[in-house]
Amino acid sequence: MSGFLSSSIAKKVAMALSALFLIFFLIIHLAVNLTSLFGENVFNELSHFMGTNPLIQFALQPILILGVVFHFVLGFVLEIKNRKSRNVKYVKYNGAANATWMSRNMIISGGVILAFIVLHFVDFWIPEINTKYILGDMSGQFEGETSFRYFTELQHKFANPWRVVAYVVAFILLALHLLHGFQSAFQSIGFNNKYTSCLKSFGKFYAIAVPLGFIIIALFHHFNH
Amino acid sequence: MNMNLTLKVWRQKNAQTKGKMVDYKVTDISEHMSFLEMLDVLNEDLVKKGEEPVAFDHDCREGICGMCSLFINGEAHGPDRLITTCQLHMRKFKNGDTIYIEPFRAKAFPVIKDLIVDRMAFERIQQAGGFISVNTSGNTTDANSILIPKHNADLSMDAAACIGCGACVATCKNSSAMLFVSAKVSQFALLPQGRIEAKERVLNMVRQMDLEGFGNCTNTEACEVECPKGISLENIARMNREYLSASIF
Repeated sequence: MSGFLSSSIAKKVAMALSALFLIFFLIIHLAVNLTSLFGENVFNELSHFMGTNPLIQFALQPILILGVVFHFVLGFVLEIKNRKSRNVKYVKYNGAANATWMSRNMIISGGVILAFIVLHFVDFWIPEINTKYILGDMSGQFEGETSFRYFTELQHKFANPWRVVAYVVAFILLALHLLHGFQSAFQSIGFNNKYTSCLKSFGKFYAIAVPLGFIIIALFHHFNH
Repeated sequence: MNMNLTLKVWRQKNAQTKGKMVDYKVTDISEHMSFLEMLDVLNEDLVKKGEEPVAFDHDCREGICGMCSLFINGEAHGPDRLITTCQLHMRKFKNGDTIYIEPFRAKAFPVIKDLIVDRMAFERIQQAGGFISVNTSGNTTDANSILIPKHNADLSMDAAACIGCGACVATCKNSSAMLFVSAKVSQFALLPQGRIEAKERVLNMVRQMDLEGFGNCTNTEACEVECPKGISLENIARMNREYLSASIF
């Protein structure tokens, strides 16, 4: 089993399983955020529930963070190993002749997504943790108000056009990452059969629809605050 | 129309020395020549001038043996598809073209001289499990006595078409050998005779592949495009399944 875990195929499978977990998470994240397009009540209720539920906060949230960190660390480890596997580079290498830009540059799209996650944590996650667990305010409300604060905070964040631009660029790179990553994850776990062409089409739809959903949300709140 | 070409060729005296690209001119090249015949013309010119000819791999020159290699204008076996370099014809180029000619590059394929690389890593992977153990003492049974579904026989034959040329490794941005290894694993895994040693085979061949220093597959699919025999990526998925089930169960 120790030989298995250090093997190239086990690393591929680990990348794929963590990717599929993150792909599943993105759907949940998008579903919750989409409710903000239709008013503040449902979004506020969901945000408060997820932000204060102990199972989500102390079990699922750490698992998610571990999944993200694992996917990035292993991605960089594999990139370094793969670069070392060709110690003398080609003078002329026509990568575009036989593979897509997306498949050849997962480290670039992944790096941009990592930078985005840092920004996203600074924007939303760290202030939340500060309010709830450092200041100890679990009410989910601004001082002296009776309604939840989450929707208002969301709108304030997207008032800044530069933040919106950064988010949109990151989501475009996320789409490029998913355009290769979705199908690639299934290939890595050994799924390549008569359903593959169907899965590839669904993967393309997912890779465009999910980031587009996030882009629409960012733009909506920028122009409607 | 005959062509005049500029060649940028990787010259390297031996494995210990550093190599470099050297420019050569070749003239009056017929469009009907194969790429290797064009290199023969270059070498005749170099010999006449008293210079060292360019060393390159070749054998059958019929697209069967997998011996000829070469990374031509940034692609394994050049710009054409489903062929080896000996089957690449000069009609794919134009008069006045500059052509880059490099050896297959991978840490696991060290350069021996000029454009010749050592592909023994593939042999060692084969020796680790790319076979079936058959008693050949005279009491062997007829292979046709075991019924095999046509679909599986076809897939196995498709995988067995791999000639071990190394184009998959050369073209992969990660220098991964997974298309080669998966073809060798699949050709046996799909047949009842191969199932007997299937578990040890995939474990041993993947272990040897990793030991040789090949990179990890990131499913760019470039190998499938450049493979002269059209080996399918389905084989890599099959190898992953075989490896997972052999490791876990």
